[in-house]
Amino acid sequence: MNDTPTSWDRAALALRLLLVPDAGLGGAVIRMRASPARDQVLTQIKSLGARKMHPTISDDQLFGGLDLAATLERSQLIENKSFFHDRCNAILTMAERCGPDLAAKLAQELDRDAGHVIIALDEGAEPDESVPPALSERLALHIEPEGRMPASWPSVPAGTNMRSAQGVAVSDSDIETLTTLAAVFGIDSLRAPWLALRVARAHAALQGRKSVTEDDLNAAAELTYPQRATRVPQDPETAEEPPAPPEETPDEESDGESQSLELPEGDLLVEAVKALLPPDLLAGLVPAGTTRGSSGAGAGQRRKGNRRGRPLPPRPGRLDGRARIDLVATLRAAAPWQPLRRQSAPDKKGLHIRPSDIRLKRYEEHSDRLLIFTVDASGSAAMARLNEAKGAVELLLAQAYAARDHVALIAFRGEGAELLLPPTRSLVQTKRRLAALPGGGGTPLAAGLRDAALLAEQSRSKGLSPTVVVLTDGRANIALDGRADRAAAQIDADQMARLMRTQNIAALVIDMSNRPQEPLRALSAQLGAPYVAMPRADAERLTGAVSAALDD
Amino acid sequence: MKTPFPFSAIVGQHEMKQAMILTAVDPGIGGVLVFGDRGTGKSTAVRALAALLPEITVVESCPVNAATSAECPEWAELGSKKRVKRPTPVIDLPLGATEDRVVGALDIERALTRGEKAFEPGLLARANRGYLYIDEVNLLEDHIVDLLLDVAQSGENVVEREGLSIRHPARFVLVGSGNPEEGELRPQLLDRFGLSVEVRSPNDVAERVEVIKRRDAFECDFDTFMTHYGAEDAKVRETILKARRRLPKIKTPDSLLEDCAALCIALGSDGLRGELTLLRTARALAAYDGARTLKRDHLKAIAPSALSHRLRRDPLDEAGSGARVARIVDEVLG
Repeated sequence: MNDTPTSWDRAALALRLLLVPDAGLGGAVIRMRASPARDQVLTQIKSLGARKMHPTISDDQLFGGLDLAATLERSQLIENKSFFHDRCNAILTMAERCGPDLAAKLAQELDRDAGHVIIALDEGAEPDESVPPALSERLALHIEPEGRMPASWPSVPAGTNMRSAQGVAVSDSDIETLTTLAAVFGIDSLRAPWLALRVARAHAALQGRKSVTEDDLNAAAELTYPQRATRVPQDPETAEEPPAPPEETPDEESDGESQSLELPEGDLLVEAVKALLPPDLLAGLVPAGTTRGSSGAGAGQRRKGNRRGRPLPPRPGRLDGRARIDLVATLRAAAPWQPLRRQSAPDKKGLHIRPSDIRLKRYEEHSDRLLIFTVDASGSAAMARLNEAKGAVELLLAQAYAARDHVALIAFRGEGAELLLPPTRSLVQTKRRLAALPGGGGTPLAAGLRDAALLAEQSRSKGLSPTVVVLTDGRANIALDGRADRAAAQIDADQMARLMRTQNIAALVIDMSNRPQEPLRALSAQLGAPYVAMPRADAERLTGAVSAALDD
Repeated sequence: MKTPFPFSAIVGQHEMKQAMILTAVDPGIGGVLVFGDRGTGKSTAVRALAALLPEITVVESCPVNAATSAECPEWAELGSKKRVKRPTPVIDLPLGATEDRVVGALDIERALTRGEKAFEPGLLARANRGYLYIDEVNLLEDHIVDLLLDVAQSGENVVEREGLSIRHPARFVLVGSGNPEEGELRPQLLDRFGLSVEVRSPNDVAERVEVIKRRDAFECDFDTFMTHYGAEDAKVRETILKARRRLPKIKTPDSLLEDCAALCIALGSDGLRGELTLLRTARALAAYDGARTLKRDHLKAIAPSALSHRLRRDPLDEAGSGARVARIVDEVLG
């Protein structure tokens, strides 16, 4: 149980590094739920004097702009100061809800390298909920203490009298070490070694050193790399040469350059970082090439109500740089009050408009569709079916822009169902995820329907309109609890179908068996869904059938 | 504002750098799309480009960077009419920018406080005669994309709303970057970019180390670093200026026009924009290389960037479109 205090020690170290002047670390992601422990963590960086920022901050507040209330009151231009006007330290609360647009704007500010520090408080409960990668990539440190906070935390209080990180000497071999180490862990972005170098400098400054030592490199690697790693290096004992960083590099080449590939500190650094890798990476749960947090959410998931679509009646509100003012409605709202206001402020010329008169334009638009392919991957025909479903998914995605479709794929086989492709519009991601498709086993139709219904519910809350497309050749034979009981399986499947109908989830049943199956027709009746018999369906015909059924 | 990292100090990424330089030689090529992973130097290159480009002469108070006061739009309330040299504008279009900020809108502040009807120019006005950079272009909202398409094609921004009727020139080079894993770009917008390049992190450790070393030198030994690479940048700038002068005189043999057409037919690219861009870019490359006549090698060098994003996408094709172009270029041009 030695692990618990060290994760807190690292957190304390990271917080102290943030206070080092001129370090240029960009900031930190603190992944903790709101708790007294987190408050304790935040008091450590109080001396930064950070201002709070919330994920729905308006452009006016962020970049400065018209202060409407003050402007109207005094009839002269009053501007808000930009958040980043001076060197600023910001705490981004609920950072996991920060949208890609805010992340992009903050990234732009960080790229200016003006010494801003952003502390992103990530309260995500699920691995999927996290800070957008565009932002987290630019924040050097990642703080995620585990377990209980030790009683005497932090053991070393954050100092006040700090050296500047500027001017700490770094040797070429230090740079090589950090870069090679990043490559060993499959970190493609070159921002990682660059930030690690800055962390090493800051660490040296913290220790009062004038040049970077092994100790500093170690600390930098431990603090910067684990959360960015995309793979676990091979065991150096079994692999003779140091692991060739990218797959494309031929082995001879890495032999020839063994000088630059060899870590001066041996495998100690690799081991140190390896010990800190997040558990899901070690379990091989993260597919190569994806970093944590990229949930594959493409454009067009969030629908705002004030930019396009069918106009709705205007609504009172604040001008925040996103909404558009409805000028006529605003004037109309202000008109009845003019005589009264003129009496109360006789000196003011012109119209008397108060912030409460402001009316904003609103629009309504249809949300995007999500097609959830639920594919029977059981038995001998599984491979063919899965491949056709895969082809159909890709074809539909190719037309996705015209139809505004997102696509997801669930396969059910053996004892349960599996989400093979989370909702996406990205062809690239689809190709990678669907490269290997598992098949064979029983037909847990009920489990497939359950997962599809669950996904449909989730996607609804994100503003998509889901449709479930079931591809099967019938005969459910695995019950929800995993038993091979044909009768129970049929009952479960019928129950799930009825449940989906009560949840009002649109569906389509495609029967891919050689002869139309009566139970499937019954199932589609339960679902209230169209039934299409399509023996030997191929990707093209499948796409056609789905499109035709959806356009009804 | 800090000095951006110098363009010539960017390690590798030859295709991206070449594409950007060629749009500087001939802005008519129509923009660059840079697709690739994070941390591969996309934004660094664009910001460096701003410092690299030759200065332009503008009327000091003109909101659309017009060269002479006669070219300033009539709605602009000009202050000083002095002509000054300014760096080529490189304007960032942030994600989530409103239509108002992009095209410009009624100046609400003046409308409400003084009751005047005035136009507040948007980002498109500021980008005139320069570059418009959109990071994460694939995440941009569709209606902004439509709007950009329209303006990029016509070279003019027309605002008809809230009782305003205003037009101003908006000729700019679109530079977009993004990560294809987070969403694809609509084919209509893809086609509108003249060139598209894919960038990857360097595979070679030595190259990666060099990137970090230069970055570190830039930060810690700024003066020495800038003395060296500032001079390099100046050389590139000089070559761009020379290429601009040479560009109209480049001879184009008819056989090469046929090559262009044959290539585009073999690739099955939609429309004629492919041929036009291919030819235009190849000429810019010839000018930049200091050649007098367009050669086949120029076509070959530029074909993947100019054509790979114009192919009918075949979703069932596993290999990327870049590989397809390279194969067909080899077949057609030998």
